[in-house]
Amino acid sequence: CSFHFGGGGGGVLPSVKPKYRKVDAGDYVVLKRGDIFKAVQIQPKKKAMFEKQWFLPDTAVGQLYGSTFDVAPGGILQPRKPKDTEGSTDANEAGTDNRHILDDGKSQKLTRDDIEILKGQGLKDQEIIQQLVDNSSTFRDKTKYAQDKYIKKKKKKYENTVTILRPSCRILAMMYHGREPGKICHMRYDMLAQMLTLANIHAGSKVLVFETCAGLVLGSVMERMGGYGSVIQMFPGGGPVRAGVESFGFPAHFHDTLHEFPICHVNALLAGTLDTACKDPPAGRGQCPYFMFFFYFQAQERKVKLEEKRKKLASAAALLEGRNADGLVIASRFHPCPVLLGLIQFLSPSRPFVVYSQYKEPLIECFTKLKERGGTVNLRLTDTWLRRYQVLPNRTHPLLLMSGAGGFILSGTTVAVDDSKPANSQRAEEPAAKRQKVDGR
Amino acid sequence: MSFVEYSDLIQDGDVAIVYLGPESMMPVKVKQGAQTQTRYGVIRHSSDLIGRRYGSKVTCSKGGWVYVLHMTPELWTVNLPHRTQILYTTDIATITMMLELKPGAVVCESGTGSGSLSHAILRSIAPSGHLHTVEFHQQRAEKAEEEFKEHRVDRLVTVRNQDVCKDGFGVTGVADAVFLDIPSPWEAVRHAKAAMKRQGGRVCSFSPCIEQVQKTCEALVDQGFEELSTLEVLLRVHDVRTVYLPLPDFGPDETAPQTSVALKTTTLPREMPGHTGYLTFATKPRT
Repeated sequence: CSFHFGGGGGGVLPSVKPKYRKVDAGDYVVLKRGDIFKAVQIQPKKKAMFEKQWFLPDTAVGQLYGSTFDVAPGGILQPRKPKDTEGSTDANEAGTDNRHILDDGKSQKLTRDDIEILKGQGLKDQEIIQQLVDNSSTFRDKTKYAQDKYIKKKKKKYENTVTILRPSCRILAMMYHGREPGKICHMRYDMLAQMLTLANIHAGSKVLVFETCAGLVLGSVMERMGGYGSVIQMFPGGGPVRAGVESFGFPAHFHDTLHEFPICHVNALLAGTLDTACKDPPAGRGQCPYFMFFFYFQAQERKVKLEEKRKKLASAAALLEGRNADGLVIASRFHPCPVLLGLIQFLSPSRPFVVYSQYKEPLIECFTKLKERGGTVNLRLTDTWLRRYQVLPNRTHPLLLMSGAGGFILSGTTVAVDDSKPANSQRAEEPAAKRQKVDGR
Repeated sequence: MSFVEYSDLIQDGDVAIVYLGPESMMPVKVKQGAQTQTRYGVIRHSSDLIGRRYGSKVTCSKGGWVYVLHMTPELWTVNLPHRTQILYTTDIATITMMLELKPGAVVCESGTGSGSLSHAILRSIAPSGHLHTVEFHQQRAEKAEEEFKEHRVDRLVTVRNQDVCKDGFGVTGVADAVFLDIPSPWEAVRHAKAAMKRQGGRVCSFSPCIEQVQKTCEALVDQGFEELSTLEVLLRVHDVRTVYLPLPDFGPDETAPQTSVALKTTTLPREMPGHTGYLTFATKPRT
């Protein structure tokens, strides 16, 4: 039975066409093999390099997302039939332990050249693996578990498949963490997950984002907002970096909710001195005589671009100056303290903020400064540990423990800033209130 | 107020959080004419709450004060009345991302329990998604339904009082994601598969015991699920404090006038919260 997304409920969004999600030219996709991911855009005749192989992703156009392909000669992607089960070793004999197995590197009778010849003959990866198994003198002495492990290892080495996935925050966060952690300030994907939830990112809110994570954090926020509400990217320098946002492959209308504001104007905006008046070109301009037009063209083009920039600035400023944003997410290589103290002023009271830092000390400083300033509650400095498990019958055990190198998070909630309250008030440390009686009822 | 949408002013019928101090909060149902007792005195809803801005400081009758916070699923999780053991924000955040929850998603969940995860799911899938939640305990199912209505999210959720292992989720072919937190999740895997969309989706099972995880993984593989991944996430809370380290006295020395150094650092609690449960994720391929 079919189901349609985006129907009913509120909002005036165009509903997404129901379709079984076929790969289309121009789509942003993620290539996957095992635990390795890579984001690419499907472009006609454009080659992609993935795991030391070249192929043409556009040969997958028309296939369903989630499909796995063999890389055929020429880089053509061919849909793979559902995998055979690993039952091929069930019938094989197996040993009970390794007491007689000599690890002398001579068990495999096929040489590297032999394998290359087999590859050249066009043998599929399963067939090559079968050849390796048949030509291994110790294979049948291994225990069943060791045989499974051997085959898994060979699969990883000789596998010639690519799976094409729709991008998502989960997949892209894992990809960046595995491939280019430096680009995302070494933010581990479970830390990103914590940030999105602690900041209560949801449809319809107005969220401020300041990040230098190649757009991953921004894109993740946008994904969780579903095209509703607005996201304002505060950016340092000349222009906002959004490469990561493209990789999400959002529908066009999502970009209508995305605004940007250069931080060099934050002080002016807070002081109320930012001038964003749109100066429309006077009416007479459009009637330039043709023969003069090409002289004016360059100047006009620049003027139009400047107008666009000014309009964008004005619309972002309009969203900000009410100081009623619903959430703030900071994840950058900049020192978080001034960023937080500056941008927190744009939040309504009783709204969450989350600051990520690769290092703990800057967040300790933020914590201290916020306590002095007042106006926040539930401040928490946290990090998470992630542990993955191998789960197999009689072979279940933890794998790597990922900790330490995932960064830290400072989270809290804004409250009305109280000028009359003394700094570092007793309340922050101890709940027992021995305050003077205020004249109330 | 809404669990899925912010508002600025406190209104009659809202469920708000009264913040008394660190680690000291309580949920309050705002009602004309009602009163709430706190250790700082009485809060009179009509005069002290209704019409005030969320985040305001409210002075109580004895002179002390509190803050009134807008409800969020995270605040609800640490303040809700427990009817069962609940899921906490650390696991909820991981689940939300790994199940790829977002506006418009259709999610099936069992068991509903105390509704901690349910409220977080509703926040993430609003305004266009739907949650089908199954709870085999009748009173808990009724209480959950009551709460969803009170919290004004009932249009986004359907509660079913049945046994998911026998009768499934009550829907087929509609879910983008399925979540299981039940004693025998392996018995519900085929129902999870049936509830999910043909084009695929994500599934998650939460279990405290590794034996449960093993059985569930077997069932997932049998039913054709792929990309199995079992993990656990642990939260560490760092306590920021100033410590004073005394300096040694090596005898008279003009260059070292101090007797101790103040240091701003963090400490960890003596016992870290350990295990909540294992999270097993998998993908249902298109069928």
